[in-house]
Amino acid sequence: MFSRILIANRGEIALRIIRACRELGVQSVAVFSEADRGAHYLSQADETICIGPPEPAESYLNIPRIISAAEISNVEAIHPGYGFLAESAHFAEICRDCKIQFIGPDPESMRMLGDKVEARKLAASAKVPTTPGSENVLNDEDEAAKIAANVGYPVILKAAGGGGGRGMRIAHNEISLRAGFHAAGAEAQAAFSNPDLYLEKLVENARHVEVQILADRAGNVIHLYERDCSLQRRHQKVLEETPSPGLPSDVRDQLCRAAVRLAKTANYVNAGTVEFLLDKDNKFYFSEVNTRIQVEHPITEMVCGVDLVQQQLRLAAGEHLKLRQKDIKPSGVAIECRINAEDPANGFAPCPGPINEFVPPGGYGVRLDSHVYAGLVVSPRYDSLICKLIVHKKTRAEAIATMKRALKEFKIGPIKTTIPLCYDILSNRQYLKGKVDTSFIERTW
Amino acid sequence: MELEKIKELVSLMQTNDLSELEIVDGDNRIVLKRSWSQTGPGPVMVQAGPQPMAMGPATPPTEQEAAASTNPDENLVEVVAPMVGTFYAAPSPNADPFVELGRAVDEESVVCIIEAMKVMNEIKCTAKGTIRKVLVSNGSAVEFGQPLFLVEPD
Repeated sequence: MFSRILIANRGEIALRIIRACRELGVQSVAVFSEADRGAHYLSQADETICIGPPEPAESYLNIPRIISAAEISNVEAIHPGYGFLAESAHFAEICRDCKIQFIGPDPESMRMLGDKVEARKLAASAKVPTTPGSENVLNDEDEAAKIAANVGYPVILKAAGGGGGRGMRIAHNEISLRAGFHAAGAEAQAAFSNPDLYLEKLVENARHVEVQILADRAGNVIHLYERDCSLQRRHQKVLEETPSPGLPSDVRDQLCRAAVRLAKTANYVNAGTVEFLLDKDNKFYFSEVNTRIQVEHPITEMVCGVDLVQQQLRLAAGEHLKLRQKDIKPSGVAIECRINAEDPANGFAPCPGPINEFVPPGGYGVRLDSHVYAGLVVSPRYDSLICKLIVHKKTRAEAIATMKRALKEFKIGPIKTTIPLCYDILSNRQYLKGKVDTSFIERTW
Repeated sequence: MELEKIKELVSLMQTNDLSELEIVDGDNRIVLKRSWSQTGPGPVMVQAGPQPMAMGPATPPTEQEAAASTNPDENLVEVVAPMVGTFYAAPSPNADPFVELGRAVDEESVVCIIEAMKVMNEIKCTAKGTIRKVLVSNGSAVEFGQPLFLVEPD
């Protein structure tokens, strides 16, 4: 096991990693920007190093500063968290060149899986279903139109170089396809420095179901079942739960085995998530692989009883998986609400600023992952996620009731948060029936 | 930490039936844990932490700010590190330092080197005046924004 690692991230995930380190007896070095100076979570690390001003480009995204901090603090490894440099194959390569272990997959896997077109080809070779569409990057709009005519409208144009909703255009016919082609390419170029697009048949009213996997260097891969992340707003997840409500067990089984097959084919190591889209007939299609720990990892931890961040550290330190697939026995239902500093009543306008009141919920079955406290000033520079509220109970009805109870107890002010939206979702009849898809939030609110 | 001291601590734990003992003393840290087997307490495990580097402390810097406000050097301007790395006072190990106390400096004066990722970066002064204090020692690690020199402005 490492004796000391550096955490190249901030906020709640930095705290999460510090906690995992503490329990494993690993020393943690936390980097921070001027905007995070004085934050309480930093005092939980063994050492802290200021690496720059608030701008991410000068701090949390600044590879030379992070590597420099790693060198002067003599760490053996770097945990990149999620976001920032977590999926930068370039950063992972530099770590390797500097003889610092990157806690995650190899740069080669990251590069291959980060290219959406290559990832689709890999899925096909692993006999994992993909949505019908282009096999390669589109040469021009004529090719797009030809393929779209074959697979049938509606279709979606997507950026080969990245996701998060950027460089995407939905087209219901050839006219809108041709119109959207150039706009999507320009957006992709701006977002990922890569204008390449590919095309897929659009899965309408899809559910987003993803599978957590862990893999070691000996080629052992296990899954920790699925998470349903259909509740999204502008491609950002709002609420996640496991198990996926109403998912037939044979579909679950095929989904999980497909994820493991894909990871094995990619020679994947460490933690990762394979995302799928499910259509109304429960047919699933590969979407993409996230080569990092995810925001919503706690719900898997609760039902499977596995500390995923500690597993990441162990796997990166060279340990082989001690868990076998048969050891993973999920129990109960877990739900996570992401609480953002945004005002749902005002178009989700960001609400940075000081938090003067912070009364967290508690009680049986409640877990709160947050770096926030009364006195913290939420910075406008970073993403607006301030808390992850997780509940775990035996049944979905109990989990929903506990989450509602916890949200009602939770007081954060004076900034506005998405607590009221989460509460409304949990009171919505469609949600309670488990009948939601990725368009639900935007249709309903 | 000497063996005699460790033996004393182990004995202390056993006499007082302690299961875990952690001692932090400046740069030294030692953790002793007793494992509990079915038949009672097992052998004591000793885990000595590696020497942490003397760097930006993990305590909230409000204490540092409070200290600065009662500082008689209030009229002096700080020259701070613009990057993370290792501070070197001189261009090479045997050379004279770039600056010393009393040296006149301006915004063109190189005051030190900060090494980051094997690159030696010459750091220029950010004030015009006279060096009144050198705050870091040669070869020490510095973080972004860490004060390096105090300059009395002209």
